[in-house]
Amino acid sequence: MQGGTAIPLSSHAVGGTADVYDSSRLPPAYLRELYELVRYRDLVVQLVSRDIRTRYKRSVLGVAWTFLNPLLMMAVLTLVFSRVFRGDIQHYAVYLLSAQLVWIFFAQSTTQAMNSLIWGGALITKIYLPRSVFALSQVGAGLVNLTLALVPLLLISFVSGAPITWALLWLPVPMLLVACFALGVGLVLSTVAISFPDVVEMYQVALTAWYFLTPIIYPVAALPDSMRWLMNLNPAYYLVEAFRAPVYAGLPPEPMTLIAGTVAAVGVLALGWFWFTSAADDLAARA
Amino acid sequence: MLEPAAFPEAVRIDNVSFRYRHHHERFTSLKEYAIRRIQGRVRRSDVWALRDVDVAVRQGEVFGIVGANGAGKSTLLRLIAGVLRPTRGRVVVHGWPVSPLLEIGAGFHPDLSGRENVYLNATLLGHTKRDVDERLDSIVDFAELGDVMDEPLRTYSSGMIVRLGFSVATEWEPKVLLVDEVLAVGDEAFQKKCWARIQGFRQQLATVVLVSHQLSYVLATCSRAVWLDRGVVRALGEPNAVVNAYRDAAAG
Repeated sequence: MQGGTAIPLSSHAVGGTADVYDSSRLPPAYLRELYELVRYRDLVVQLVSRDIRTRYKRSVLGVAWTFLNPLLMMAVLTLVFSRVFRGDIQHYAVYLLSAQLVWIFFAQSTTQAMNSLIWGGALITKIYLPRSVFALSQVGAGLVNLTLALVPLLLISFVSGAPITWALLWLPVPMLLVACFALGVGLVLSTVAISFPDVVEMYQVALTAWYFLTPIIYPVAALPDSMRWLMNLNPAYYLVEAFRAPVYAGLPPEPMTLIAGTVAAVGVLALGWFWFTSAADDLAARA
Repeated sequence: MLEPAAFPEAVRIDNVSFRYRHHHERFTSLKEYAIRRIQGRVRRSDVWALRDVDVAVRQGEVFGIVGANGAGKSTLLRLIAGVLRPTRGRVVVHGWPVSPLLEIGAGFHPDLSGRENVYLNATLLGHTKRDVDERLDSIVDFAELGDVMDEPLRTYSSGMIVRLGFSVATEWEPKVLLVDEVLAVGDEAFQKKCWARIQGFRQQLATVVLVSHQLSYVLATCSRAVWLDRGVVRALGEPNAVVNAYRDAAAG
């Protein structure tokens, strides 16, 4: 607009009135990031759709691959472990696949959050944009893929005779919790990874260990009592269980599982949000 | 020629200093950093990229920033873009959001089509999808890429990508346009077209802040300029005087 002298400043998104930027009047970073995310919501949508489109464009098998990949994994694991836990777990394929899909969603979106911020690294040193869009859009893309993967999951449930009940309507709740948890972890990781790229590798090692410490391929009951306390400290345990209950057992998630999962998801998201937004300006300053 | 002194301020750099903190400048791995940290051997080096810079740019000006590498030119541009916040002092920009001309390919994705890239790039600059829907034809026309918009970007020449990038960045008649060396790319005819468009914005009182190593370009286009030397303003004002002072110092 016209008018170089101070137009009365309101507490608008970017500090000052709509088209005035004033570095001395910016809201706190954790709030500003939130305002700006709302303003840049179409960018998040574009990044999610870019991610999904390029994933399918690059692979010959296209959409089929998202289904085939977990199905192949499941087939192999089912073949092996239904022998190991003979009779312990009914509908082992469903038991496994339900948790496996949640795990893939978590592992991929957190890893991609790091990589995507490294991609955007060149960009965020040149133009302003809310830097959390990268982590957020990766979690969004993961959520879309998880939703698509529900189709083969329910198909397998149906074929293998696992109970299909109204409890399935609970599924969006654990999905949202996992998404919040993944976003929190993704934000923490990307804060560190942009300075230390070796974190991406180290995280893969940690993920593998975490995978086996979570009852995904085995039942909790298979753990000795001396190790059960470990599960109580593992947020992934609650999140996996909350997602598995409606699909595998046809029951709503246990209230305690939901409460613990919510505490973990919200806590980690808050931690990631405050940490990332307070460091985001420094990230952009890396010369 | 416009008489810029008559117009209100667009960009105000108010006694700005900027410090880069290199916490772990020489570590590329977390393992190494952790070990050094335990040994107490992490040294932090601070670099003041700008010191007490005081500059105001008025609406309708084309303002040039000259100086050697590492003089703080890009830091100043990034402060105006809101990417960096001043360590001391204050930056005020009227005409937010500014429009930065990015280097070739930044914010583009090689596997997506030209059209998809327009949406990606424009939303990166803060526009909504609806804005793009309305302006898509005009963006494509200006870039002269009508027949290849459905091809993946990796089939484009670098000149075509520059055209598309410029077309997107300037479609919304920016009030403040930031240019970092990019206009020198692309064929001559298109460069002329770009420049004509920028002149058009100036008639609407848009402001251009540009960084260039090509002093002749600065002389030909700018209405005012600043010479930065290791983060300090050495000369400010009429481009001829500023460029001559810089040249003399570089020669001497």
